[in-house]
Amino acid sequence: MTSLALTRESIARVRPGPAVAAVLIALFLLLFLVVPVVQVIFVAFQDKTTGAFTLINFADFFRNDLFMRSFWNSFYVSAMSVVVASALALPLAYLTTRFEFRGAVLIQSLGIIPLIMPPFIGAVAMQLLFGRNGTVNLLLRDHFGITIPFMEGLNGVIFVQSIHYFPFILINLSASLKNIDRAMEESAQNLGCHGFRLFRRIVFPLAMPGYVAGASLVFIKVFDDLGTPLLLNVNDMLAPQAYLRISSIGIADPMGYVISVVLIVCSLLALWVSALAMKGKDYATVQRGGGGLARRRMKPLELVAAYAVVLLILVLVLAPHIGLTLLSFATIWSFSPFPDAFTMKHYGTVFLESGQYITNTLLYASLAALLDVVIGTAIAYLVLRSKLPGRQWLDYIAMAALAVPGVVLGIGYLRSFYDVPMPFTGQPLSGFWLILVFALAIRRLPYALRACTAALQQVSNSLEEAAENLGATKLRTISRVVVPLMSGGILAGFVTSFATAAVELSATIMLVHSQSDAPLAYGLYVYMQSAAGRGPGAALGVFAVVIVGLGTYLSHVIIERGRRERGQDH
Amino acid sequence: MSRTLHGVAAALAVLLASSTAAFAQDPSGKLVVVTSFPKDLTSAFQQAFQKAYPKVTLEVLNRNTNAGVKYLQETASNNGTDLFWASAPDAFEVLKGANLLQAYKPKVEGIPEKVGAYPINDPEGMYAGFAASGYGIMWNSRYMKANDLPAPKEWSDLAKPVYYDHVAISAPSRSGTTHLTIETILQGEGWEKGWRTNKEIAGNYRTITERSFGVPDGVNSGSFGIGIVIDFFALSSQASGFPVEFVYPTVTTIVPANIGIVKNAPNKAAAETFVDFILSPEGQEVLLQPAIRRLPVNPATYAKAPADYPNPFKDTSLGSQVNFDVEVSQARYNVVDALFDQLITFQLDGLKAATRAIHQADAALAKKPNDKAKALLAEARDLVAAMPVTAQEAADPQLAGAFTVERKSATDAVPERQAQVEQKWAAFAKDNYAAARKKAEEALALAR
Repeated sequence: MTSLALTRESIARVRPGPAVAAVLIALFLLLFLVVPVVQVIFVAFQDKTTGAFTLINFADFFRNDLFMRSFWNSFYVSAMSVVVASALALPLAYLTTRFEFRGAVLIQSLGIIPLIMPPFIGAVAMQLLFGRNGTVNLLLRDHFGITIPFMEGLNGVIFVQSIHYFPFILINLSASLKNIDRAMEESAQNLGCHGFRLFRRIVFPLAMPGYVAGASLVFIKVFDDLGTPLLLNVNDMLAPQAYLRISSIGIADPMGYVISVVLIVCSLLALWVSALAMKGKDYATVQRGGGGLARRRMKPLELVAAYAVVLLILVLVLAPHIGLTLLSFATIWSFSPFPDAFTMKHYGTVFLESGQYITNTLLYASLAALLDVVIGTAIAYLVLRSKLPGRQWLDYIAMAALAVPGVVLGIGYLRSFYDVPMPFTGQPLSGFWLILVFALAIRRLPYALRACTAALQQVSNSLEEAAENLGATKLRTISRVVVPLMSGGILAGFVTSFATAAVELSATIMLVHSQSDAPLAYGLYVYMQSAAGRGPGAALGVFAVVIVGLGTYLSHVIIERGRRERGQDH
Repeated sequence: MSRTLHGVAAALAVLLASSTAAFAQDPSGKLVVVTSFPKDLTSAFQQAFQKAYPKVTLEVLNRNTNAGVKYLQETASNNGTDLFWASAPDAFEVLKGANLLQAYKPKVEGIPEKVGAYPINDPEGMYAGFAASGYGIMWNSRYMKANDLPAPKEWSDLAKPVYYDHVAISAPSRSGTTHLTIETILQGEGWEKGWRTNKEIAGNYRTITERSFGVPDGVNSGSFGIGIVIDFFALSSQASGFPVEFVYPTVTTIVPANIGIVKNAPNKAAAETFVDFILSPEGQEVLLQPAIRRLPVNPATYAKAPADYPNPFKDTSLGSQVNFDVEVSQARYNVVDALFDQLITFQLDGLKAATRAIHQADAALAKKPNDKAKALLAEARDLVAAMPVTAQEAADPQLAGAFTVERKSATDAVPERQAQVEQKWAAFAKDNYAAARKKAEEALALAR
């Protein structure tokens, strides 16, 4: 083992490839993440009156009841969301990957759809269905005289967040489960291990990298998410506190930026803890016989129970979409379980106006997602397989993007790139649409990176070594052996990046310079701000979900087909 | 595809227009407007303007007021925006203070000096009012019926126990228009009494929304019953068919919504034309459309309004009660916002618990009077109403200095940091509300 590592190290020293890749990635991160963010959070370390360096603002943070309360609320909500999201994701992932289950692909695609819902619209739809005077509670009150506080205070945030973000766990866990070697499960079964014990002792531990990757994403994402608590008017959490501070006029104090720093530090801590949990464990399996799946046939009774569970979860996670669809066809929906009447009018309104939004969104989100998986794979490879000094930092810095509030990144971009004129046109660089792509890519990079890292963790080193021993070059080994074996994880990364980038609002709203360059989320925001009814906004939202859903499904099909073809080559 | 259509339409329009010589010196090119107004309003004006001036391409960028101001500040070095178009006069004051606006005197005639007690135009001509709005109370009639609630009339009605947990407002620090509502109550009733009213109403809040739009939205959908809103939110919701109603309380302010030309506007000529257009009779008429429903600043336009349309130029009771003092408002602007946030928004649970206890004790006392309990209850009410700063202190530039970054000079010492001040106020409120609740509970025990 040691001698192998040594040879690998010496190879890395001879080949400039990894070093060049690392430098390029570092430059990209520096230019589009570190510099803009530092430009903004610099204020956190400044004495307001003298401009000198100080830590007094951080002392103020810890002495302030409101901030400490917000801190604990954020922590509690994030932890609970991970619990609830796991409860939703585990059965779906396990049933659809380990058993013969009709419609598994459909269910897995449906599992991605919650991500396509812009959180600020998801919360609106959830209020209509589950709010104090939403459909469910109005019906319950009429028929049984009771109400259930789904959406009250922190509960509401946990409810909406777990439904919105559980796909992170589902996707990563499914990818992991698929990659587990059938032989492991079969050996355990041969040795007499069955049922839940088999899952708990063999399957789940082997799928840990995917679960931890997903769970840490959910934790950090909920910790940093702004849209949902704001829409539910829960403002004693950290992200809303930062946003309220940063974006109000007149109150130009450093605390908003202090909170941003706290958010970034907490996210890094969460990642560090999850990395510690994975440390010193080897999850890679060598054999790749037929995709590693061992699908069991279920007994009839099991099958019924499984369908019941899956259906229940599906109805729950699709609730925001059901609400949005109802709203998009509704004339007036006010204090009643269902809309007064239905109409097609709203679709007519947005149909003519939304073409530009849709093409822009598809372009921006797919470019951003592509950039993400390329960089994500490269970083994962550098971190796990190269011996470059300081490589871990690429991972940390890229992940820190998760915790940078969109507004902070948006303002940072304006500050860093506004005075840089574009070649030829002279228009400010920050007004060029490619900047939107970079902002989206940076914000979504952590998703792709976690997915790629988890995928690479499951690919054994020895496969690479074997290829190299047979004379393949490093580049060829990576492109013909490593990347194909990682394709499940890369797909997961691409899909999450694409779907979430397509509905990102907070950074884009700051950077959109002209209507013709605006993406869907901007259009949704504009349509939703109308006292005359949100029907057209909901209709555009349904458009968005359908189109992004189709895009997601297509990429799924294409990459799956590629996988299968390669599988047959072997 | 829509671009091509637009292109064809524009080309046709140009052909038509060029046939008349009168359009010879028309402005042309791209006109960029940053606005916080909803699409209903902007696209109506966009259509009307594009029809009248086909050579100008109007590009509307939608950002909320605060983000819009931030955007103009960040992009000032290479400005690409021609116009800033929003409700809150104070946002324009911020831009004016930062020297980001350009003076222009509209050519349109017949627009009065004042609407209600508020001047329509900025005295230095940096921005102009084009529509007026008042503040009031909006409610969902289905919700009110289901919960058996009477219709409110005045701000003080909202403090009644019957409305407990039914009212909503947006935070004044987040919504320029709500800030004006709070400031109007403070100026109309005086600092101490005004805060007492504000906090008594706040004790009945169901929620405090982050955006001003969240309030009409919640009333429309019925997630809460009553909202404190700017009039057009309610009027346009009503015109669009929602079961909502609206009333102006006696103490209200009618204030103009404004437009201003941005300094170094790339297309100044077109920007001036747009300002004149929205003040012209045809521009003003757009405001009457059902999805917009704002009050025109041109009194002549009301002749074309539907029956029952509020008219601040005729109905002099609207907004006349309060002589709104912009200077006073300006001096304590950030302090009022921060006080509201620290005493109400972020202490709402404590405040509501105290209010509920007071309501319960009050109801019990009405059935079984008890002098000692009555005194206790009065103490509890005073504890809730108590303020950590006086009107004088609130207007003190030293205190205000804790909330701004701009210092006149390096020697201008700021005695305390904002975070310190806020923590002090929050602790004050928390302790007072807890004490008030305890006293009210004691009173209730005595009255039983």
